[in-house]
Amino acid sequence: MIYLDNAATSWPKPPEVTAAMVQFIEQVGGNPGRAGHRLAVESARIVYAARQAIADLFGVRDPMRVIWGANVTEALNLALHGLLRPGDHVITSSMEHNSVMRPLRTLEAQGVAVTVVACWPDGALDPCQIEAAIRDNTTMIVLTHASNVVGTLLPVAEVGRIARRHGLLFLVDAAQTAGAYPLDMEDAAIDLLAFTGHKSLYGPMGTGGLVIGPRIDTGRLRPLKQGGTGSRSEREEQPAFLPDRYESGTPNVVGLAGLAAGVAWVQRQGIAAIRAHEVALSQRLIDGLAAIPGVHVYGSLRAERQMATVSFRIAAMDPADVGLRLDEEYAIMCRVGLHCSPAAHRTIGTFPAGTVRFGLAALNHEAEVDAALVAVERLAKGVS
Amino acid sequence: MSGPDYMVILVPSTSHAMHAEAALKRAGIGCKMIPVPRHISSDCGVCIRIAREDQAMARTVLDAAAVAWESMHDC
Repeated sequence: MIYLDNAATSWPKPPEVTAAMVQFIEQVGGNPGRAGHRLAVESARIVYAARQAIADLFGVRDPMRVIWGANVTEALNLALHGLLRPGDHVITSSMEHNSVMRPLRTLEAQGVAVTVVACWPDGALDPCQIEAAIRDNTTMIVLTHASNVVGTLLPVAEVGRIARRHGLLFLVDAAQTAGAYPLDMEDAAIDLLAFTGHKSLYGPMGTGGLVIGPRIDTGRLRPLKQGGTGSRSEREEQPAFLPDRYESGTPNVVGLAGLAAGVAWVQRQGIAAIRAHEVALSQRLIDGLAAIPGVHVYGSLRAERQMATVSFRIAAMDPADVGLRLDEEYAIMCRVGLHCSPAAHRTIGTFPAGTVRFGLAALNHEAEVDAALVAVERLAKGVS
Repeated sequence: MSGPDYMVILVPSTSHAMHAEAALKRAGIGCKMIPVPRHISSDCGVCIRIAREDQAMARTVLDAAAVAWESMHDC
């Protein structure tokens, strides 16, 4: 089997990830912060170690500003619903996933003004367009670091500087980049960073979170939920301090044990080395696909301008049929359709049928790319 | 007659306790997480027990690492 659906979730995971999760279940198992016995304390240590690992990854000084959530969608919802108020204006791009678009459309119905800045058909964004959209009541810019459809990297550092210059908050969705592309919150002037654990950080599903930068007034950032934290138990009001203000209920410690192991694995490989490997593989895939008659590849076609996510179509074939045949006849796993990003597909001109998407990761190799190219060529020949 | 050998440091949450533990360990200060003694607080979480002789050094280390802690007590 060839797994090329890493943009949805990475698989397989490094063995260390599985081992850490089994170790937690079999040897630790306590509820962090809910008791003082050794198993509860060891569990809390695992949660803290994961927090520190994420802080180190993104150049964050205070690990207490790393807030766990179920996934990047929850993190984005916390930031958007927590900070935007009726009368505010928010700017985003036309390459966003529905994890940004749907909360924004919900907030729009509640009186938040939303501007979606159009990107180029290859997914690229001109930062000047963002600056041109700023109004007197603009309070936030929210941007994906890279498209989940065509992988195109968006200019977060440039937009971060624009946001800082205009006194706006800057929220970045790093779902497609965290662990596979260098990202430092301070360097890119990012105030809020939403990340997932189960893609390029190689942790399990059910992990992710929001890193809250020092410019955010947490008194203004409303929690999505309230409840037990194990702290200040004598009080019925939610604690105001971090991370407890935003972390009610028993956390996913088995997931965080796996996430910490995944981040450690990424750090051992080195993000630069992972990036170089993925760029080489993606360029091989892009060039190979583009050379097949009847195949159209979307995006910049330049691997260094994008993540290892490549979208294409075979002329006259429904992407859904391509996906089914790749699975059934070639045991190649991919994702077809709109990828939860209708705006991005409108931008690249593939709405509503969508595309076939191959998502590569650190554990893919050249032979898998070559086998996928052979499979696509055979499918394309069958219809041309 | 000497006083207790240990002191406890109260922190806002278990996450803070882990943050403090990491900072103290980096500085070579021995510490142990224990349940918060009932005579000190009604909180159900953990606190950090250190040797009395390390009290001043622990304050310095925690403040330098920007770890939020609430109070120190005899135990």
